[in-house]
Amino acid sequence: MLKRIISGIRGIGHRVIDSTWRLGYAARFFILVLLKSTTSLRRFGLVIRELYFTGVLSLIIILVSGLFVGMVLGLQGYETLQKFGSESAVGTLVALSLVRELGPVVAALLFASRAGSAITAEIGLMKATEQLSAMGMMAVDPVARVVAPRFWAGVISMPFLAAMFSVMGVFGGYLVTVVFIGVDEGLFWSQMQNNVDFRIDIANGVIKSFFFGIAVAAIAVFEGYDAPPTAEGVSGATTRTVVTSSLAILGLDFILTAFMFRGIS
Amino acid sequence: MQRTTMDLWVGFFVLLGIGALLILSLKVGNLSTYGAKQSYGLVGNFENIGGLKVRAPVKSAGVVVGRVTDIQFSLETYDAVVTMRIGSDFTFPKDTFASILTAGLLGEQYIGLDAGGDETMLKDGDKIMITNSAIVLEEMIGRFLFDKAAEDDDESF
Repeated sequence: MLKRIISGIRGIGHRVIDSTWRLGYAARFFILVLLKSTTSLRRFGLVIRELYFTGVLSLIIILVSGLFVGMVLGLQGYETLQKFGSESAVGTLVALSLVRELGPVVAALLFASRAGSAITAEIGLMKATEQLSAMGMMAVDPVARVVAPRFWAGVISMPFLAAMFSVMGVFGGYLVTVVFIGVDEGLFWSQMQNNVDFRIDIANGVIKSFFFGIAVAAIAVFEGYDAPPTAEGVSGATTRTVVTSSLAILGLDFILTAFMFRGIS
Repeated sequence: MQRTTMDLWVGFFVLLGIGALLILSLKVGNLSTYGAKQSYGLVGNFENIGGLKVRAPVKSAGVVVGRVTDIQFSLETYDAVVTMRIGSDFTFPKDTFASILTAGLLGEQYIGLDAGGDETMLKDGDKIMITNSAIVLEEMIGRFLFDKAAEDDDESF
């Protein structure tokens, strides 16, 4: 009985030490990537190649989801706002919720599952097939050659994707409320422009998506680099990338929102 | 894939992203109303500002001429010190009248400026001498009930 209790407590301790060690390892890896990124920024062609795979190929999913999210927001917002006779405020509702929250967050979630998982699988498979070790043998640093370009491509493309998501969402909201339902067009845009502030709303949204880009890219490259070099290990790492980065996005979003919009009513 | 096509696509992607940011700031947001416009500061003491917020508009004849930049509480006079920035194109006479008004029944509160007839104009950092506080609904109802009760008393005598 006592033995079982002790081994239970030991299990808890083991898990805590393990996860703390992993967190520290991830932080050290992150700093290593930052230190080694000078070469990849000098050879910018590598980053451009990765930008194609992470950014350009994510365009379709981001644009289409943005359009539909905006359309749904317009529809639901109109349903509620028309009860109070203020359906012209639907433009404000759509724009503010997209620019402040939904644009950065949903785009980052989609980005994590579309591009983050691909990065992890690619690096993990490179490790499993010992391509990374082979690079090391040839005195090519795999962190500088493989990891850093992917990280920077993620960081660069995320704010752009979030902005495109928001624009498509506003367009979707416009389509549903103005074109289909018939809210006054002038009121829709003027209410929106009066209530969306550049510094408070748009700039903060861009800062948010920048942080999400760092989080998703860092988690993706770390999970890939850290993956056990087996088929099972790579699949587990891919799953962990999506789960961890989704949780990180939502947690970071709360923290950033608390800092940015507190005291603004 | 060939290197040049990839470059083309990435360039297209980056341009699209910058375009989206521009649309957000110009079409959705109100960056166009900021600009590098010159402005000057005015100060006004109000007995009660109601629900006035920083960044609330300052209007004259319904046209936005500036914004509230700061609201402080003065320990000397025990009233609210409201700082606002007015666009340099809009100059107001020294005896301008500032009051806190409400847009609509439930709308936001803003500062309304009524120009006076003085020859000298307000300069940067000047103080608006004549101010009118916000109307607080509870006070108004209280005054109404008080008057009503007083009327009833008069009738009974």
